[in-house]
Amino acid sequence: MGPKFSNSTAVDFLIVGAGGAGGVVAKELSTNGFQVVVLEQGPYLHEDDFIHDELKTRNIYVHPTYGEPVLTNDHRKQPNTFRRSENETAQPYSSVLYGRCVGGGTVHFTGNYWRLHEVDFMERSKWGPIAGTGFSDWPITYADLEPYYTKAEWELGISGLAGASPFDPPRSKPYPLPPMPVKSSGILLERAGKKLGLHPFPAPLAVLSQPYRGRSGCQNCGFCEWFGCEWAAKSSSLASVIPMAEETGRCEIRPNSYVKRVEVDAQGRVTGAMYFDEKQNAQFQRAKAVVVCANGSETPRLLLLSDSKMFPHGLANSNGMVGKFLMFDHGTVARAIFEHPLNDYQGVQVTRIIHDFYDADPKRGFYGGGGIDARFDQYPVAYGLTGLPPGSPRWGAGYKRLLKDDFRRGMAIFTHTTSLPLESNSISLDPTLRDAWGQPAIRVTYTSHPDDLKTMQFFSGKALELLDAAGALEKWTFPIESSKGGVHLLGSCRMGNDPKTSVVNKYHQAHDVPNLFLVDGSSMVSAGRHQPTCTIQALAYRAADHMTRMAKSGSIKTSA
Amino acid sequence: MGIPHDGSRRQFLVRSATGLTSAWMLANWPAVLAAHEHAHSVADSAAPKLEFLSAAQATEIEAIASQIIPSDDTPGAREAHVVYFIDRALTTFDRDSQSAYTHGLQELQSKVQATFPGKPLFSSLSSEDQVRLLTAIEKTDFFERVRVHTIMGFFADPSYGGNFEQAGWKLIGFENQPVHQQPFGYYDAQAAKEKDK
Repeated sequence: MGPKFSNSTAVDFLIVGAGGAGGVVAKELSTNGFQVVVLEQGPYLHEDDFIHDELKTRNIYVHPTYGEPVLTNDHRKQPNTFRRSENETAQPYSSVLYGRCVGGGTVHFTGNYWRLHEVDFMERSKWGPIAGTGFSDWPITYADLEPYYTKAEWELGISGLAGASPFDPPRSKPYPLPPMPVKSSGILLERAGKKLGLHPFPAPLAVLSQPYRGRSGCQNCGFCEWFGCEWAAKSSSLASVIPMAEETGRCEIRPNSYVKRVEVDAQGRVTGAMYFDEKQNAQFQRAKAVVVCANGSETPRLLLLSDSKMFPHGLANSNGMVGKFLMFDHGTVARAIFEHPLNDYQGVQVTRIIHDFYDADPKRGFYGGGGIDARFDQYPVAYGLTGLPPGSPRWGAGYKRLLKDDFRRGMAIFTHTTSLPLESNSISLDPTLRDAWGQPAIRVTYTSHPDDLKTMQFFSGKALELLDAAGALEKWTFPIESSKGGVHLLGSCRMGNDPKTSVVNKYHQAHDVPNLFLVDGSSMVSAGRHQPTCTIQALAYRAADHMTRMAKSGSIKTSA
Repeated sequence: MGIPHDGSRRQFLVRSATGLTSAWMLANWPAVLAAHEHAHSVADSAAPKLEFLSAAQATEIEAIASQIIPSDDTPGAREAHVVYFIDRALTTFDRDSQSAYTHGLQELQSKVQATFPGKPLFSSLSSEDQVRLLTAIEKTDFFERVRVHTIMGFFADPSYGGNFEQAGWKLIGFENQPVHQQPFGYYDAQAAKEKDK
């Protein structure tokens, strides 16, 4: 447990959101001597709360109307609207999904922990322009971020095998922990990949393969994706950096605190944030600087909600770029049944991946690339409802026979592919719909770029080829469609050197407001091949490093 | 040292496993499992009660659920107490479905009486006639609702009243445990054997 600060104390830094990024920034700033308050809209849960209850924990993907979302945002209280283009009136649709608890999405994530490759930071220069898109280089390079990738891997605890992939970018240190024990799905992907001349390798995962820094190693219970880890073996910010932040005695994590507005003074500097406490009472926490780590949907929303005389179109939005260039996670799912039991529900989700098609290749005739993983993803309820091959009986004796035969023999291949940044894909405020706190709801405008769809089609084919080479008895995939929502919410307050076309500079400092920083997926200029948590956390370490330097040298201009 | 079997059990295990290898877990596994199973048998021992459905309605719902996941050489929806899961769902997280059930059952009864004169109830039909009737209504919202609830009740955690004695999990070979060990499946076992050669 950390300290308690009073609302009227202007703490050094106020952080909005205790997720993957916010947890890292809180740990860095507090260990560097600053007073920090973190406002988190969700609850503060612990290992005892993380139970194997699919209906309670994972229900949102089983059926949207059952149960209470425990680890993620609740669309009944926080509805979204969706439209394909600006010409349409957005309709209610649950589009964005994110972690809503201390630890954020890192509590329930799969743990795929992929660094970006060198090319991701300069792909626009390498590939050339793509008409109608905001395809751009980053203002930083892989080399700028490499030390922070390493720091993230060692502080959080990542399992993997350095040098196992010929496509991996250079690294200054190996992984701190050996890879996770391989599952049957990993063996099948490995065999199939090698047969096809590819280079499968052990998945780098944010799960401890051995005890590490006072935390238990993974016990292979199998409840990773969409569940919290009862063993604290998943390297969420909740299990790793947040306790370190609290131990400094300078960081207060304040859960159930839903931020409504960031306030500014007459000089246009932020003074703190208004938030609703657990009882829905409005509170104001003063701070010398504010760091918004609320994810790629809530960060732009909060800026847009924080309009003022000085910033009539929303905070840090003088150029109108806040919310633009949203990139959802693209990718495909293929499923297969094999002759023998895999029991793929045991152990972590993913143990082998393939990055042979990571880079875009002009020979394909379109821009795009991606990564491939073999995984388990259907717990029993989801399996019973949607796990059987297309055309299978949906009830009766035939249905029961298939249920019995297929669960232990099934696996999936997920692919994670590029998302081009389009200015028209955005987060904005819905003009009519409001959340349970009376605030304007998130409105999503999104249409996938044609090259993104072609990339998904390409990867869907690759997944089927791999399953075929692995000896699948039966395999199937799903239609490719333009995205309507996502869990990786990227690019909506992008970083850049030019204040006319970006929201933050390369140190995550808002161009318009010297004591406001935005650190989460919203900063990303391109989406990589998704699985972005590793990069978001490396960016958070780097941003915190610069904030520390600036604060210590007195160059963050705070409110008088 | 005894292992508590409530919320603190997990805390105990987390603390105990810290700094140790899974060898500790494996050595202590029988005790952990015993605690786990005891907790389940306590949960299972309370006799189920109906809160929303009448006994007559429950008989009808159970007859439908038993056609969705029939009982044969392994337990089906009936033995898994799916009807109690549905009843509890209708008084807790799915109250919104109450009227769909009440109206759906009334319509079903009218359909039964119109199609099979002299038979007042769905549950009184022969199994073949039940299947015929459900096939005729399988596109309806009512049937889909009962189908989804039946499957959920068959596979959800037994604490919700269904999946009695883990009937659903046993059918598909799913073992809900805090610990599993290698080899997990056929192919990784095979690969490990080849590696040892």
